[in-house]
Amino acid sequence: MFITAGIIWMPACPGMLPDMLKIENLHATVADKEILKGLSLEINAGEIHAIMGPNGAGKSTLTYTLGGRPGYEVTSGTATFDGRDLFDMAPNERAAAGLFLGFQYPVEIPGVSNVQFLREALNAQRKWRGEEPLSGGDFLKRARTQADAMGMHMDMMKRPVNVGFSGGEKKRNEMVQMGILDPKLAILDETDSGLDIDALRVVGDGINRIMRKPDKAVLLITHYQRLLDYVQPDFVHVLAAGRIVKSGGPELALELEREGYAEIAA
Amino acid sequence: MTKNAEAVAAANKVSDYEWGFSSDIEQEFAPKGLSEDTVRFISAKKNEPEWMLEWRLKAYRHWLTMETPEWAKLNVPPIDYQDAYYYAAPKPKKLLESLDEVDPEILRVYEKLGIPLEEQKVLAGVEGARRVAVDAVFDSVSVATTFRKELEAAGVIFRSISEAIREYPELVKKWLGKVVPMHDNYFATLNCAVFSDGTFVYIPEGVRCPMELSTYFRINAENTGQFERTLIVADKGSYVSYLEGCTAPQRDENQLHAAVVELVVLDDAEIKYSTVQNWYPGDAEGKGGIYNFVTKRALCQGKNSKVSWTQVETGSAVTWKYPSCVLNGENSVGEFYSVAVTNNYQQADTGTKMIHNGKNSRSTIVSKGISAGKSSGTYRGLVKVAANADHVRNFTQCDSLLLGDQCGAHTVPYIEVKNPTAQIEHEATTSKISDDQLFYAMQRGLDQEQSVALIVNGFAKEVLQQLPMEFAVEAQKLLGISLEGSVG
Repeated sequence: MFITAGIIWMPACPGMLPDMLKIENLHATVADKEILKGLSLEINAGEIHAIMGPNGAGKSTLTYTLGGRPGYEVTSGTATFDGRDLFDMAPNERAAAGLFLGFQYPVEIPGVSNVQFLREALNAQRKWRGEEPLSGGDFLKRARTQADAMGMHMDMMKRPVNVGFSGGEKKRNEMVQMGILDPKLAILDETDSGLDIDALRVVGDGINRIMRKPDKAVLLITHYQRLLDYVQPDFVHVLAAGRIVKSGGPELALELEREGYAEIAA
Repeated sequence: MTKNAEAVAAANKVSDYEWGFSSDIEQEFAPKGLSEDTVRFISAKKNEPEWMLEWRLKAYRHWLTMETPEWAKLNVPPIDYQDAYYYAAPKPKKLLESLDEVDPEILRVYEKLGIPLEEQKVLAGVEGARRVAVDAVFDSVSVATTFRKELEAAGVIFRSISEAIREYPELVKKWLGKVVPMHDNYFATLNCAVFSDGTFVYIPEGVRCPMELSTYFRINAENTGQFERTLIVADKGSYVSYLEGCTAPQRDENQLHAAVVELVVLDDAEIKYSTVQNWYPGDAEGKGGIYNFVTKRALCQGKNSKVSWTQVETGSAVTWKYPSCVLNGENSVGEFYSVAVTNNYQQADTGTKMIHNGKNSRSTIVSKGISAGKSSGTYRGLVKVAANADHVRNFTQCDSLLLGDQCGAHTVPYIEVKNPTAQIEHEATTSKISDDQLFYAMQRGLDQEQSVALIVNGFAKEVLQQLPMEFAVEAQKLLGISLEGSVG
C-alpha cells in the first residue's frame, strides 16, 4: 500500500540489517551468585520468540539484566541491540533506543497519573532520540487510542500509575504503555500470570496488534503454554540452569506442556 | 565555587569593618553586637514613633532573661549574638561585574528553573542589573505603579512595615504582637527588639484582594533583612492570597534569620499564605547555610474565619518553624500543608499548632517530609482542644519519605483534648523510594533524576496542588533540583 513503508520493511531480510537483539555467551550474577551461565540468543525483526523454563532457571534475571536493573551484573558476554552495545547504555537509554519491559509485577507510583507518567517518559525517550516532544493534545490522542484498544477507560489513565488496579488491570495497563511508547523490542515477563481467560485474550490481542510487525520483535517469557495459544511464537527456547538448552518451533511449547521441563532440560 | 567563596569573603570583609561605637544616624551600620543602643539605633533609623521604640526596648529587656529553646530535634552550635550586626542597610552584597563571576552551580539551578537571564542577574547581585531587571521582569516601574493603584482603589494597604508604622500607626498598634505576643519565644522576642523591616497588609471589610500579593514585588525594590516582620489583617468578609519567598536560591550573608509573621482574620474572612523557602542550605559537607528560626501564627478571631498555610521548605541548614492557627472563632478553619525537603546535612524541625478554642472549629494538617543524604527531618505538631470548644474536628496526616539509608525522619504529634465531643484523627506513614519504583520509571525512559523528581512530586502532590499555579510549577522543579544526586 505504501511503497516507502515497503522499503523500510525490506531490511527485515537477512543480511541487510543486524539482528535486533544478539546475545552471546552471557554470564550474569545477582548478589554474587551466577544465575546466567553462558546464554546466547538471536532475535530478528519481525520475529516472536518465547522462552520457557522451570522456576529458578533465570528467566526474570534475563529480563532484568537486559533491562539494566541495578544489582544484575554482567560478568561476561555481550549483547547488541539494534546495532548498539546494550550493556553500555543506562536503563532509560535502552528504553529510548526501543526496548520495553513488560513487568510481571507492575509497580505503583502514588500521586503520579498514568497520563503524566507516560507523557514525561515518552518525551524523555524522544529527546534522547533527537525528536521533538509530543504536544499535550497529540499525546492525549495517542493515549486515548491505545486505552480504547485495550478496553481501558480514560478515567483510569488519569489515575495514579497502577494504584488500586487489579492484577488484570495492571497487565492491561502494561499493554497500553507499550502501545503508547511503541518500542522496537518488547520483553514480556510472565505477562500471563494472574490473568483470567478473557483478560488473557485481550492481552494476547494487544501484543499481536502492537508488536506483530515486520520491524518489531517480541520476547515472551512464560511458564505456560496458554499465552502461546493467543500469541503464536516463531521460535521457542527452553531455559534451564542459566542457559538455553533447546530451541525449536511452536511445537516445542506443546511438547514441554506434555512432557514437563525435567524431561527436556535433562 | 572559588568565585562564590571570593564573593563571600569580600562580603565578610565589609561586615568585619570596625566602625566603632556610634549612634550617629548617618551611619550605615549599627555597631556590632546587641544592646539597648542597637535597638535605639534601629528605631531611630526607621524614624519610628516613641511607642514603637518603647515596645522594642521592652522586648529586648525581656529577651535578656530568656534562654535558647532546646526542645527541637536540632543540633545547632551556640550562636554568639554579640558577634553580629543587627542593622546594615542596604545589605552590603558584593556586586559582581557579570554572571561569569557567579558560581556555575547556582547558574545551572537558575537555568533549570527557567529564570530569565536578566532576572538571574538580579538574584545573583550583578552590578547594574537591578534597574534593567525591574524593567524586564515587570515591564517597567509603571506596572508596579499600576498594581499599587489597583490595590489602592480596592482599599488594600500593602506597605513595608516601617512605612505602615508611620502612616497607619493605629492599625499597626492594634494588632502588632497580638498574635505572637512579645514574650512568646526566644526568637520572636529577639525579632520584636530588632526587626529591620517586613510587610504590612490590610484588606478592608468585604474586599477580595484583586491580585495575589507577593513580597517579590517589594524585594526587588529593597532588600529585606534577616529579622523580617509581617503583619496581615483581613477584615470581615475579606480575602487575600499572599505569596512569600522565591524558588531561586539567593545569596545572603546573614546566617541567622528570625522572622515573625502574624495573621489576623476576622468574621468570614480568609487568608491563604503560601511560602517557598529556598535559602542557602550549606554545602555538601554541611558548612555554611542559613539558620531559619521563624514564628508564624494566625489568629482566626472571627466566626467562619479561615487560614490556610502552605509551605514548601527546601533550603536553610536549620529550619525551626511551626506555622500555627489559633482558632478562636466559631466554625473557624485552619489548614496546614507542608512539604519539607532535607538533603546532605540539613536539619528541619517543622510542623504546626492548631489551637481549637472556638466551637465547631476544624483543622486539617498534611505534612510531607522528604529526607535524603545525612539529613534529619522532624514533624512536630500540636492539636489542642479547649474544654468549651464543642464538636471540634481535626485530621492530621504525616508522611515521610526516605532516600538512602543515612537520613532520618521523625514524627512527634502532641494531642491535648479537653472536650469529649472532639474528633481527632492522626495518620502517619514512613516509606522509602523503592528500587522497584526507580527501575520501573527508568525502564519507561526517564533518567534517574527525572525518576526521583517524579516519584517525590507524586508523594508531595496533595500539598503542591494547594499552591497558586505558577508557584506550584516552580516548586515541582525545585523539589527535583533539591534532591539531585541523592540516589545512586
